[in-house]
Amino acid sequence: MSAGIDLENVCCDFGSFRAVDHANVSIKPGEFFSFLGPSGCGKTTILRMISGFIEPTQGVIRIGGKDMRGQRPNQRPTALIFQNLALFPLMPVWENISFGLEMRGVSKTERRAKAEELLRLVDLPGAGDKMVSQLSGGQKQRVAIARALAVEPQVMLLDEPLSALDLKLRQHMRAELRAIQKRTGVTFIYITHDQGEALAMSDRVGVMSHGRIQQIADPREIYNNPVNGFVASFVGENNIFSGEVQTSAAGMASFSTPHGSFRARLGDIGGHKVAKLYVRPEHTVISATAGAENAIAATVGDVSFEGNFITVHATSDSGAHLTSEIRNDGSATVPEKGARVFMSFDAARASILQDANERA
Amino acid sequence: MQDLLRRYGTGLTLIMCLLVAFWLLMLVIVPNITLFEQSFRPYLPVSEVGGPRDTYSLGNYAKVFEGHITTSLLGFEFEFPVRVRTFLLTIWYSMVVAGLCLMLAYPLAYYMAKIVNPRSLPTLILLLFIPLWVSEVLRAFAWWIILAFKGPLNALLLAVGLIDDPIRWTNMGYTGVMIGLIYTYVLFMLFPIYNAIQSLDTNQIEAAEDLGAPWWKIHWRIVIPHAKPGIASGSVMVFMLSAGSLLVPSILGSTTSQWFTQTINETFNDALDWNTASAYAFLLLILCTLFVTVAMVLFRVKLSDIAK
Repeated sequence: MSAGIDLENVCCDFGSFRAVDHANVSIKPGEFFSFLGPSGCGKTTILRMISGFIEPTQGVIRIGGKDMRGQRPNQRPTALIFQNLALFPLMPVWENISFGLEMRGVSKTERRAKAEELLRLVDLPGAGDKMVSQLSGGQKQRVAIARALAVEPQVMLLDEPLSALDLKLRQHMRAELRAIQKRTGVTFIYITHDQGEALAMSDRVGVMSHGRIQQIADPREIYNNPVNGFVASFVGENNIFSGEVQTSAAGMASFSTPHGSFRARLGDIGGHKVAKLYVRPEHTVISATAGAENAIAATVGDVSFEGNFITVHATSDSGAHLTSEIRNDGSATVPEKGARVFMSFDAARASILQDANERA
Repeated sequence: MQDLLRRYGTGLTLIMCLLVAFWLLMLVIVPNITLFEQSFRPYLPVSEVGGPRDTYSLGNYAKVFEGHITTSLLGFEFEFPVRVRTFLLTIWYSMVVAGLCLMLAYPLAYYMAKIVNPRSLPTLILLLFIPLWVSEVLRAFAWWIILAFKGPLNALLLAVGLIDDPIRWTNMGYTGVMIGLIYTYVLFMLFPIYNAIQSLDTNQIEAAEDLGAPWWKIHWRIVIPHAKPGIASGSVMVFMLSAGSLLVPSILGSTTSQWFTQTINETFNDALDWNTASAYAFLLLILCTLFVTVAMVLFRVKLSDIAK
């Protein structure tokens, strides 16, 4: 009941602006796939092309192996959940849910039964006769999901549906969405600018910027091994040092910067020498004595307590701003403001990548 | 009121309020009350006004049932009061005008609200408004010329080959009147519907399409229910304006079309029987209001929806 989706060299132009630039991605049946990127990166355009509201300027979109060119949204086996949900306010909940079935000519009693069944699936039993305006934000969310599931789509497309909810509800709905996806086995394509959502829910994530898909990988790979500076800095925090590659061997390189010389993994920098080194705050260690390698002498500035972790802001002797995160597990000693420390990191946890602004 | 006082001062506020009160009282309420009072009194020579025969009665209202003519409906011939016939035809053709205006205005309103490029919308609205800058009399006469026996419409249809002989447009029952009324009042239908459709979230249309709705079901289930208040207020306005129009039926009417307002006008100005004419005028007002109220109840439209 679920279909795979293939995008081959898909481009979309709005006038002279290229919103999507040669997108190539193959999404497996039953996969939870997220497109992650800042606003204006073209992720919504991709979603609207898959659902059929926009025709690609060039390239092919296949759903379940079938070329979708010229197919209107009402002819495609997809169901879209809109950012603002777009529930029909003049209809009661059950009519909303069974709208797709009504369009297929299903009888009223059958529709009513199906709506009730779907309401149980999304944990809202008995809400069928309420009006949409009587529901809370999270309940509307569930109705929108039920409405989309009612037409038994092979692909569900979700356009940032959680963005209007408050934090607690959002986290709850994340788990809920994931559970519904597992239960129904439908392919989910999820659009978001929230890295937390994308990483927590997805089987695979496609990170986008400027209309291009920068990296497609599972969430761990995206976070731990970003392919370029954009992915590294968009997904998670970083300490970034500009510098030049000196020597490299076996995937590791020595990298000289104004703040010292470091060793780190060498990413794809396209033969350039000038690049940037990215290391995550939680991959750094603050200690009183310098380690064997990759240590920067610094003075502690602000120390902010975040609950489960402690963020230490420090300024290196060479003037770089450093951020380090220490887990609040009771064992770590938290440095005082003004203390002289060394920040160091493991070479295997730092990557040398091309600049975030560099367009490949 | 507080706001008015603060902004314009006591003097100016007082003048404005008095002017509005004067307009409302002296130009609207008092004349209407006078006519309403007159409508219950018989039409008498001046010397007898205030005399013993000058008593209140519903006689003037009953006159609408006088004067029978032979009329036919669905093949049956029967005697029928001529003024009631005129009245019913006025109501019927006003409804037809409202219906045709709706059919013309709805697609255009949808096009303006959801399809047209927003940049060309001001031009479109301007094009629609320009005819309104010309007086209603001139516009009715313009149609009189267009529809004339040797006028441009017949010339065009003959040239295209759609007709073999010219048509007497303004001498075919209510045809001329309806064309004129539709042209004059279609914008009163267009803008309420346009406003209503414009406030519809485009995502809802797309959601319906995504769920498999064909275009006509999108309109039937999503757009029209949302636009219902606009459709209702447009229909009420066009219906009332048409039923109350005197100018268009006078200019574009044929020998076989009589509008109830013409009957009222003739009684006022030709028969000089103000009493009976007032009675007819109030009959038109009351029955049209009643008709609209019933229609609103039937279509489950609230007055507050229309006021929007």
